[in-house]
This record gives sequence, structure tokens and C-alpha cells, in this order.
Amino acid sequence: MILAWLIIILLVAGVLAWALERRDREWPRRIALAALAIDLILGLTLWDARGDQTGMAQGAHWMAELSAQWIPRFGISLHLAMDGLSLLLVLLTLFLGLVSVAASWTEITTRVGFFHFNLLWVLAGVVGVFLAMDLFLFFVFWEVMLVPMYFLISIWGHENRVYAAVKFFLFTQAGSLLMLIAIIGLTAIHYRQTGLLTFDYGALLGTAVDPTTAMWLMLGFFAAFAVKLPVVPFHTWLPDAHTEAPTAGSVVLAGLLLKTGAYGLLRFTVPLFPEAAQSFAPVAMGLGVVGIFYGGVLAFAQTDLKRLVAYSSISHLGFVLLGIFAGNALALEGAVMQMLAHGITTGALFVLVGALQERLHTRDMRRMGGLWATTPRFGAIGLFFAIASLGLPGLGNFVGEFLVMLGTYRVSMPMAALASLGVVVATVYSLALVQQAFHGQAREQWKVDDLSLWSLVSLGAMIVLQLWLGLYPQPVLETAGQALQALSGFGDATMVVRR
Amino acid sequence: MASADFLALLPLLVTAASSLIVLLLAAFHRAHGLAAGVTSSGLAVALMTLPVASRVAPRQVTTLLMVDAYAIFYIGLLLAASMAIAGLSYGYLEKRRDRQEEFYVLLLLATLGAITLAAATHFASFFLGLELLSLSLYVLIAYVRTDRQPLEAGLKYLILSGTSSAFLLFGMALLYFQSGAMGFAALASDLGRQTELSVQVLVGLVLILTGVGFKLALVPFHMWAPDVYQGAPAPVAAFVATASKGAMVALLLRYFTEIAAFRSAALWWTMAGIAVLSMFVGNLLALLQDNVKRMLAYSSIAHLGYLLVALLAGGPLAVEAVTVYLTTYFITTIGAFGVVAVLSGPNGEADSMEDYRSLFRRRPWIAAVFTIMLLSLAGIPLTAGFLGKFYVIAAGVDSSLWLLLVLLVANSVIGLFYYLRVIVAMFTETDLGDDRAWKAPVMSASYLDGVVLVALSGLLFWLGLYPEPLIRLIRTMERSLTG
Repeated sequence: MILAWLIIILLVAGVLAWALERRDREWPRRIALAALAIDLILGLTLWDARGDQTGMAQGAHWMAELSAQWIPRFGISLHLAMDGLSLLLVLLTLFLGLVSVAASWTEITTRVGFFHFNLLWVLAGVVGVFLAMDLFLFFVFWEVMLVPMYFLISIWGHENRVYAAVKFFLFTQAGSLLMLIAIIGLTAIHYRQTGLLTFDYGALLGTAVDPTTAMWLMLGFFAAFAVKLPVVPFHTWLPDAHTEAPTAGSVVLAGLLLKTGAYGLLRFTVPLFPEAAQSFAPVAMGLGVVGIFYGGVLAFAQTDLKRLVAYSSISHLGFVLLGIFAGNALALEGAVMQMLAHGITTGALFVLVGALQERLHTRDMRRMGGLWATTPRFGAIGLFFAIASLGLPGLGNFVGEFLVMLGTYRVSMPMAALASLGVVVATVYSLALVQQAFHGQAREQWKVDDLSLWSLVSLGAMIVLQLWLGLYPQPVLETAGQALQALSGFGDATMVVRR
Repeated sequence: MASADFLALLPLLVTAASSLIVLLLAAFHRAHGLAAGVTSSGLAVALMTLPVASRVAPRQVTTLLMVDAYAIFYIGLLLAASMAIAGLSYGYLEKRRDRQEEFYVLLLLATLGAITLAAATHFASFFLGLELLSLSLYVLIAYVRTDRQPLEAGLKYLILSGTSSAFLLFGMALLYFQSGAMGFAALASDLGRQTELSVQVLVGLVLILTGVGFKLALVPFHMWAPDVYQGAPAPVAAFVATASKGAMVALLLRYFTEIAAFRSAALWWTMAGIAVLSMFVGNLLALLQDNVKRMLAYSSIAHLGYLLVALLAGGPLAVEAVTVYLTTYFITTIGAFGVVAVLSGPNGEADSMEDYRSLFRRRPWIAAVFTIMLLSLAGIPLTAGFLGKFYVIAAGVDSSLWLLLVLLVANSVIGLFYYLRVIVAMFTETDLGDDRAWKAPVMSASYLDGVVLVALSGLLFWLGLYPEPLIRLIRTMERSLTG
């Protein structure tokens, strides 16, 4: 039941926040903060209980589960379940949710209630995506997170917000509908074979599909997740959406929505169609490497701070794609690690950019320069997350990228070699960011406030998490590892034994 | 006729009687509220007689009408739709201070025509129901005589609809010429004996399809739709978009299931072509509209295209899918036109995009209702529209209509684009200066409008969240049709 509460609390709090807007502008913020805090505590109790999941490899591997009938006509149920992977991502969601609320505390001043309603509903949708074990339910959550996100961008965004929001919505919707067809197709095949009409993940997992059909269905799923991840060439919505979104929107987009794409690949595309995914793996890995370079090079070419971070996301998510389709335990662990680390790093960078924009009213790096002198806190924290982003050892991203490359190396040496070159590109653009924004000539004599105390608290928490992921990743890797073994990927477990 | 026949026909009889009562009342005592009240209660009583009728169902009443679970379901749907539209009409007409009572007589007669179609199993009842429906609509569309647009729309509908009726009659005549039968069952058994359909039969079927296509506004027979929707009073436009089309779909479904017309591949492909064209033409032209009513008109053309995909799927799921889709389409389309009706004032319809700019600030509740109606039309989960889309895709997958499905997906995305445009407009703060922004009427919605819109929104979420009861109902109904 705790899993349902995680979602219900967010949904109800969203409605409350909207309803209480009239009373006072502060109420929606407080409600959002409280709801997320309660959820996070609930989530942490689950983290605490993760130790006794001994039966995981034997199949009964959920740490918590909830199942109820919903639409019996189609064998659709409200089936929520959590394993280590879901747990990590849910915790990330709730944490970044708190960060988003904090970041919009001063930034959002119009229609505060409706804003928090949308924010909480996006987060509820994301949590639902990470927990749903019924494909229909999964699809519903998948869509539920899109509509409020669309509103977040189109109402509270920057100059070109409507264009960006519509583009975002159309791209993801096209992918989603292809996935819906694939979901129904898979169910229909399952029904013909067994006479059992069900959308349940566990039941569909073993469905035998002939190779051609499996490839098409796999591509249907892949389309939805590739758009979200985003995989080059389906990425063009991302820079616009990130640039135009308000800070909280960018944090949620980059930190969480992109992760739902990766999660979908891990949870659905690969386990449901292992053979098809394996034969598709070279293409996917190739796309991953292309993404790493493409994102990196374009990030370097940007003068708009937010666009830079947005393109860097494409590059970082390339590693995730590479790791998922390399398929062995090491690479998968790396991919998950990279997802978490990227969520925190990018979230922090967007918070910083948002705070800067609130003060300077520009995101143009050419107009910044020399900010370190007036705003040392911005500079120092910016530097920290820039080097985290480029993958300095000791920080989370390094662990992720390293594991992905190690895993990839066992499958394909050239891919691993190319990917490692991508890290060099990351160094270039990350350092360029710090150099251009904070060092050098102060081109315009900005007189602005430094980061506030509350921003320092939320950014400080993110720094601590980064250090933890970088220095002592073992608990996280263990939590994810058990879950990843249970996901019957094509990367065989023998790799782990050989290690 | 046995007494059971009368019991079976009660819904039709009550509707007919209500129209007479309203007519007589209007002749002696003009009172808008009274007319609306009698109309609504008449429809409500008709709805309440459905359980009575279903106790004697299935029953063939004369050779013309078949009252089975299928007919009863559709009659219920049409009566409910008409009741909602009557509710919306009250507020709309109240603002116009003109003769209002006759409107309800016509509305009841149109409804009677529609429910006759839902039970028709014979060419005679088919044509009778259709003409009753159409004749009432000619007047209803042109009801606001003081304006040019409604008159023009009414005339246009009169001419085109008349032509399509002629096509229909000719098609029926050809089938009759071939088989000597006019009842669907007799036709079916006669056609069933032929191994290959003769040219006359095929031409007859295609001519009937043409007539039906006109009524459903399928491409290429759609030319009248945008003008009529734009010109007609908003509640009447809602009626044309839902009840009139729904009755036709009900008939089409029965006709096609009984005649098994899809034995003919040529006919199947013709229909598939019409479906694809309707989706694309409807959606692409909707994209270009700045008039909300025209946009809804084109979008309804596209929706009928989606519905055809489900119909074409055939198989056990098709009837269920078409019915579910139609039900959800009814709720959202009446809701959307209802919002237009509520916002329309005495000086004209609220149909330009400007009228909707920053609506969220001025009329938050109505804007919220319109937003969810549009999201439902776009088929976003948690709304009824998604259930409909899910069913259509499920039926398509079940019959492996992959190409049609991919085209449907492409169209859904195009559709999303223009629904979002209206939503964005409602959220956009206007910067055109006050007089322009407030030009849109600020009439307060009548109490009744509010009730109807809230009920429709409630239904929309109910079906989106917990559709099982409706599905169970429709499945019992479906069994009575396919046996």
C-alpha cells in the first residue's frame, strides 16, 4: 500500500495546492514541500528495508507490491511493484522534486497554485512510471506526466515557450502512440498463445514472439523511449524544451523525464524482447556513441548557458544508451549510476543557471564573464558541478561512465574507445562553461546578490550526494545490481562471475 | 400489435408524445421555462422506459423496427445526448429573447428520428427516421433567422442533405431490384446466397454508402460540415455532430453486421480509403482554422475517420470498439460545443480564437472544462477519449490493420497540435488592451449549463478512470447484435 501512497500523496497535494492558492501564495509552496518530504521519508523507509531481499534472484523479487483489478475486460490491473532500480529512481525523483520546489520559491510568482499542481502531478506521473508493472498502467502514467509538463513549459517558460512546449508534446506523443500499438500488439500475441488477456508485466515477460514481429514491437517501445532519452536524431525537442522551461521544469525534464526513457529501455524494451534487442544492440550502441559526440560538440558551440547544459545532457545520456545495450552487468550498473549522477549534476546546473537568470535576466555567457569576483558562491559551486559533469574521479558521473566503458569494452572495443574520447569533449565544454561565465574579464559590471542560504542548502545536499555516489557507490550498486540481475537482459551473468 | 410491442416502443412513443405536448403548450401558452422543462422531463421519462422496453427485448416490432439490447443502448445514448443538448439550449436561447418554444419541438422530433434509426431494420424505417431527423435539422440549423449565417447554413444543409437522400433512395432501389427485399434480414439472406455480389448490388451498396457518408460528413462528402457547424447555433451544432451522426453510425453498424457487406473486398477498400481521407483531410484542415467551431467541425470529420478504422477491423471487437468510441465522442463533443454555447452571447457565437484568449483568467471553470474536453478529444489518458482511442487501436491490432493504425497515430499527433493551440490561447494572457480582450461576452452561465457541463466532465473522468461498468453494458449489447 505504501507504493500507492507515494503517488496518492502527490496527486492530492497537487489539488490542494491549487485549491488553496486563493488563501495565500505561500500555501502551495508549503504543501508541495511537505508532500514531497513525507514521500521522501516513506521512500527512505523502503530503502532501509532493502536489505532483506534475499529471494530476488529466485523470481519473487519485489521489495513491495500492490495489485488490484482495474479493467478486468482487458486484464488490466493496478499493479505497482518496487525493486532496487525503481527504489533508486523514485528516491531521485522525490529528491529532485524538493530541489525544484526550492528553486521555484522565488522564481515563480504568477499562478503559484496551478504551478505546484502541475509540478506535483508531473512528479506523481514519474513515480508511477517507475512503479507500474502493468503495461497499460505504465502507459497511463507515461502520459500523465506529459500534460502537466506541457503546461509548466507553456505557461511559466521563457520567450519561445509555446513553440517549445508544443514541439515537446508532439514528439513524445508520436513516440508514445507507437508504444501503445506495440503494447497492445504484444498483449494480442500473448492472448492468442495462452488465451489469457493480460497487460501484466510479469505475465508478458515470457511471451514467445517470432523474430520479425518481435523486432517491430521492440522498435515500437524503442521509439517512445528513444524520443524521451533522447537518442539522436529524435532529440530536437530537447534543447528547446530545456531552454524555455522554468528552472523547476528544466530540473524535472533533465533530471527525471529523460530517466524515464532510460528506465523504459531497461525495464521493458530489453527484457520483453531480449533477442530482438540483442540484434538491434549494435545500432543502438552506435546511436549512443553518436549522441555522446553530437551532444558534446554542440554543447561546446552554445553561448546560451541553458542550451549548453541541455546539449550536454544528450551527450551524457548517450553513455546510458550505450550501457543499456552493451547489456552486461557492469555496463548496466554503469548506466544506472550514470542516470542517478546525471540527474543530480544536471539538476544542480539548471538550478544555478536559473538563479543566475533570475538575477541577470540573461543566459548569454558572452555577457557574463568575471562573475566569480561578485558571486563567489555561484562560481565555486558551478565549478564543482562542471567538473562533476565532465567526470572527474571521485564524483558520481565518473563511476557511471567508467563502468559503462568497462562493460562496453567487453562487448566492443571500438565503441568503448570512441566513448572514452567523448569524455574529452565533455572536459572541453564543461571547462569552457566555467571559464566563460565566471572567469576572465568582467564585461558588464554586474552587481548582483550571491546565492541565498536556502539555495545553498539544496545545492549542498546535491554536492553531498555527488560525493557519496563518487566515493562510496557500493550500496547503490548493490541495490541496483540485484534488480538488474532479475531483469533478464541479454548481457549474461557469466560476465560477473568471470570478474 | 400485441401489448408487448407497445412496451418495446415506449421510448419512441414517449418522445413523440412529448413533442406533441410541447407543441400544444406553445400554441396556448408561451413560456420558455415550461417548454424546456417539459422537453427534459419527456426525455427523462423516455429514458426511464428503457428498462421496461428491455424486459420484452429482443423483439421485432412489425417488420420495420427491432428493439433489442443494441437498439436500447443506442436509444439511451441518443436520448441522454439530446437531454444534455436541451439543457444547453435553454441558457443559449434565454440570452436571445426570441421565440424559443418551437426549438424544443424540433429537437424532440429530431431525437425521435435519431432513435428510430437506432432500431431500424428495414429500408422504410431507415428512410423514415433519416428524413424526420433531417427535416427537423434544416429548421434547427437556421433557427436564428435574424442572422445571415444560420440561414445560409440551413439552406446549404437542406440542398446537400436532400441530394444525399436521393442517392440513398436510388441505392435502396437497386438493392430491392436485385433481391426483392427491403428488410435487412431478408436482404442479408438473399445476398448470402450469392457467391459473388453482382454489379447492381455493389453499386447499390456504394450509393447507400454515399448517402450515409453525407450524413456522417466523411471525406469526400464533407463539404457542408464546416459551414453548417459554423452557422448553426452551438447547441444545434452539438446535435449535428453527435446525435445525428451517432444514429447513423448505429444504423450503419447494424446494417453492416447483418448484411456482412465486408465480404466484398472492393467495399472494404473503399471504406478504408474514406477512413484515411477523413482522418487526413479533417485534421489538416482543422489545423488551418481560426474559428473554433469550424475547427471542431473538421476535427469531428477526423474522429469519424478513426471510428471507421474500428468498424473496418471487423471481428468481435469492432462493435464494442465503435460503441465505446462513439460514447466517449458524444460526451466530449457535447461538452466542447456546450462551452461554446455558454460563452456565446446575444450578439453572436463565441467562435473566433480571440474569444478564448486568456479565458483562464476570466472564466477559470469554463476554461478548465474546455481544457479537459479538448484533452479528451486528443485522447489523453484519464479522460474518456483515451478509452475510445485505446479501443480503436485494440480493434485495429486485433485485425492487424497496421497501416491504418500508423496513419491513425500520425493523425492523432496532428490533432493534438490544434487542440493544444486552443488550450494555449486560453492560458495566454492577452495584451490587446481591455476592450478587445473583454469583447468576449461575460454572460453568466445559467444554472442549467453548469449542471450539464459538470455532469459531462464527471462522466469524462469516470469513464477515463473506471470504464468497467460501461464496458460490461456494451458487451451485453454487443452480444445481442452479433448473436
